[in-house]
Amino acid sequence: MKPEHLDVEAVRAQFPILQREVNGRPLIFLDSAATSLKPQAVVDTIAKFYAEEYATVRRGVYSLSQEATARYEGVRAQAARFLGAEDPDEIVFVRGVTEAMNLVAYSYGRSVLGPGDEVLITEMEHHANIVPWQIVCKETKATIKVVSFDDSGQLDLDEIRRKITERTKIVSVVHVSNALGTVNPVAEITRMARAKGAVAIVDGAQSTPHIPLDVQSLGADFFACSGHKMFGPTGVGLLYGRKELLASMPPWMGGGEMIDKVTFEETTFDDPPHRFEAGTPPIAQVIGLGAAMTWIEELGRPSIAAHEHALLAYATRAIQALPGVRIVGTAPMKAGILAFTLDGIHPFDIGTLLDEQGIAIRVGHHCAQPVMRHYGVPATARASFGPYNNEGDIDGFIEGLRKVQRMMA
Amino acid sequence: MTTIAERQAALVERFGKIEDWEERYSEIIRLGRSLPEFPEDQRTERNKVKGCQSQVWMHAALEDGRVEFLADSDAAIVRGLIAILLELYSGEPPQSILAAPPSFIDELGLGSHLSQNRANGLSAMLKQMKLYATAFQALAQRK
Repeated sequence: MKPEHLDVEAVRAQFPILQREVNGRPLIFLDSAATSLKPQAVVDTIAKFYAEEYATVRRGVYSLSQEATARYEGVRAQAARFLGAEDPDEIVFVRGVTEAMNLVAYSYGRSVLGPGDEVLITEMEHHANIVPWQIVCKETKATIKVVSFDDSGQLDLDEIRRKITERTKIVSVVHVSNALGTVNPVAEITRMARAKGAVAIVDGAQSTPHIPLDVQSLGADFFACSGHKMFGPTGVGLLYGRKELLASMPPWMGGGEMIDKVTFEETTFDDPPHRFEAGTPPIAQVIGLGAAMTWIEELGRPSIAAHEHALLAYATRAIQALPGVRIVGTAPMKAGILAFTLDGIHPFDIGTLLDEQGIAIRVGHHCAQPVMRHYGVPATARASFGPYNNEGDIDGFIEGLRKVQRMMA
Repeated sequence: MTTIAERQAALVERFGKIEDWEERYSEIIRLGRSLPEFPEDQRTERNKVKGCQSQVWMHAALEDGRVEFLADSDAAIVRGLIAILLELYSGEPPQSILAAPPSFIDELGLGSHLSQNRANGLSAMLKQMKLYATAFQALAQRK
């Protein structure tokens, strides 16, 4: 079925920030892979919650708290449906993918890894899916194995097959690379992992807001995404974990409302997911994330994906008309991320001179330094797209790049 | 020999006259092109200035009581900012460098946006220069 066409002007009208001028120019926002803009519906939901409905959750006997708890747990159920989980108890509210990966590494990784065991990751991982494993592997004397990618930005499935052995306990891969845009064949990778008895973790930071997915067909044992990239608030994200895995895991942070019984000798812990939600959670952010997921579903993930794919194709064609451009990441399957370099111009200079023209892109190593090393560059420039971007944004961006090239000539 | 304050005033005048952002950047980039060559053997991890989004290397040596700075970046705009910092501070005694007001970046007339943008590392570089000056001053006092 062909996805419904996205009415981009109607979408744009829901983002007041797009009416802003930056440095005297209308804002062109092309950094959704770093963080997405927020639709008015999300902003309104959070404001209304704080103004009229606010109370703590899971601690109050009073009605206001009961209502807030129902909404909070309602978002958990919504998130389970949104990610295709079987049970709301498989959803842990976290701060974002970084916390999710640390939770899984410290809680699950630390309890299953031992000397000689292996954790398999890829060369295109975000630092959030590298550093926690390095810390835990050092502690447990396990080893990290890395799967490389080719110059187009594609993983070699044969290499993955070879590198998953009986020693492999964990395979953790990014669904969509934030530095390259590559959509990885995650379902095949998780199948290989599970065939060898390894647990499969998927970093869904870049995929969840932009392409249709569900954790069952991805075959993920754990799956993580960040609310602020999903048109939702900062400070909240989702960790999906298969029920029996979460149940087997010790808590990694101690505190309030994650316990069963506390004495000074011993504490027994609450069941998942609350075992992993110590302290007062980001209540308003969770409520806001609920509004963001509703907003995404109303637009339709297939429509968002189709729109961004069309923008990527349009931008890729347009940028290739510039002299000295090199696109970093040319895999056939890509999400709305266009990373590039311009001959003789440092990405920092590109970003700064575009900013003067009101155009926001990301420049730098994108928290993926191994990817930069692969291409032998210190940094790249990256434009990334959201449902609120239109062809006019791309035209302005290309025109801006032409000006940068003129100025730096 | 001019003082830091005099050179700063000259820069403020020079940039103050430029209304257009494109010309302002072109001027900064032009300044960067005249930067003295940075010695390759100093292009080390140790000499990297942290907190910049481009790569910045800085080296300093005390010669006849004056701090001689050398620095470089792989980004053209940052090279220009380095040229401005060296023009102001290189060849000055440590105490003059330390006495220069921290607010000088705002007063330079580079345009508020360029001065406030932390990503360009202007404040990180300035901090590094003051660190060198502090170290050289402490060294001189010990002798």
